[in-house]
Amino acid sequence: MDFIQLGIGRWLHIIAGVMWIGLLYYFNFVQVGALAEAGKDGTGAGITKHVAPRALFWFRWAAVVTWLAGALLLGANFHKAFLFMNPGLYAIGVGAWLGTIMIFNVWVLIWPNQQKILGMVPATDPEKAKARRVAFLASRTNTMLSIPMLFFMAAAGHQGIFFG
Amino acid sequence: MKNPLDSLWGTVISGLILTVILFMIVRYALM
Repeated sequence: MDFIQLGIGRWLHIIAGVMWIGLLYYFNFVQVGALAEAGKDGTGAGITKHVAPRALFWFRWAAVVTWLAGALLLGANFHKAFLFMNPGLYAIGVGAWLGTIMIFNVWVLIWPNQQKILGMVPATDPEKAKARRVAFLASRTNTMLSIPMLFFMAAAGHQGIFFG
Repeated sequence: MKNPLDSLWGTVISGLILTVILFMIVRYALM
């Protein structure tokens, strides 16, 4: 049972997490700048039509798999980590909270607004402009949060090394 | 004041600052 929960669960958590955060970094470190450049010569449609919808699909579902595999890993410690009931779970508790805020941003702020931006749901030009700003800031917030989130995920199994 | 999240470096530096703050809080809680 430990093999499934703590072994396979951790493996799945890392694979899905790499895909989620990898695509988040793709959006922030590559696509935002590329779209700004492409806007100057009118080639942005190649990205918004063919690349962004596919990247968003794997991005949002990788976020779900990452969170669920993380919950599986925590198992009986789930509520103790989130409620900071055990000092041995403080690091993973902070990491889990940051990851949870991030998945909320993905499904509540980024994805619904990206649907408007990419024309998957109808929206007026002012609505699209607002959606663009909200999605951008939510994505940048997640990039910012990913830095401490990964620190605390790395620290979780090694609290003695990280916190003395 | 400009939003630091508008720039990539502002975002990364904000993340590093947040890491240090949270690190100090958890370290203090574990003392």
